[in-house]
Amino acid sequence: MTALRPDTAALDAADRRIINRLQEGLPLVEAPFATVAAELGISEGELLYRLELLLRDGVLSRFGPMYHAERLGGGLTLAALAVPEVDFERATEAVNAFPEVAHNYRREHELNMWFVLATETPERIPEAIAGIEAATGLAVYNMPKEEEFHVRLHLPV
Amino acid sequence: MNTATPLSLEAARSPGEPDAHRRLRALLEQGLPLTPRPWQALAEQAGMTEEEVMACVRRWQAEGLIKRLGLVLRHRRLGIQANAMVVWDVPDERVALVGRRLARETAVTLCYRRPRRLPDWPYNLFCMIHGTRRDRVLSELAAIVERLGLDDLEHRALFSTHAYRQCGGRYAREDEPRDRLAP
Repeated sequence: MTALRPDTAALDAADRRIINRLQEGLPLVEAPFATVAAELGISEGELLYRLELLLRDGVLSRFGPMYHAERLGGGLTLAALAVPEVDFERATEAVNAFPEVAHNYRREHELNMWFVLATETPERIPEAIAGIEAATGLAVYNMPKEEEFHVRLHLPV
Repeated sequence: MNTATPLSLEAARSPGEPDAHRRLRALLEQGLPLTPRPWQALAEQAGMTEEEVMACVRRWQAEGLIKRLGLVLRHRRLGIQANAMVVWDVPDERVALVGRRLARETAVTLCYRRPRRLPDWPYNLFCMIHGTRRDRVLSELAAIVERLGLDDLEHRALFSTHAYRQCGGRYAREDEPRDRLAP
């Protein structure tokens, strides 16, 4: 995010319809954008142009296949730390120094740091956790997914 | 942002697989080309035919390697500033039912069962609720509790106050959000 950009991007009605439609996925056909454009009642050129702008403006971070980490043979978990307030900055740096940390969010709870670990193999998760515990001096609460309840992957905008 | 995670689609190689397939996965990690014939464009770069590329993608979808072809939204850029990880302490015999019902709510963007970490963490069901403002998220949560009759379950909404790292770039996972679980 650069300072020049406003925090919130302005979307018009056509952008919203495009995003809402494409959250459902792209058909696997030779000319998928033409198919979707026809559904939306716009031209293929307009759809492609608007997608380019949405990517440029950072509304979309990516367009393409979504992968399934476990099927790639990787390890994935959600973990949390209870970080003393005075140590928060130091602990953040220590945790983010690990390349396995894919997201890291501060949340309002005694467990105040929540991060996702992604490793090449499931066996690497305990190693990463041990490393983070050593680096921070704090106990990691490891909460791997035990069951997924499938949601409609669609957030209307 | 743009954190390259150690996992990659490219690396998910099966024995005896042609190099072109690995190249195709590496190309796909960068996203789909925004051209009228994206599969044709990928085919030329990977040294395959358009038909072969589509067959590979179809197979990887069937195998579950690729969950779907779609887009990754940056919620914050859309003014969706508030997000709560709502955690619930659900008796084990009810958790599957409650999880399925929560997942059907349109405001819920992720829903997982995870282990309790007693005594500090009694919650075993996690879901994400997004909204433009915190009060909207809370009123949506209240409506869900009422609609599904969950008022007997201890639950808490943990709002994120700061994102210190968000996965972006070449590798986007569907099952651990981007701006979703985590935010």
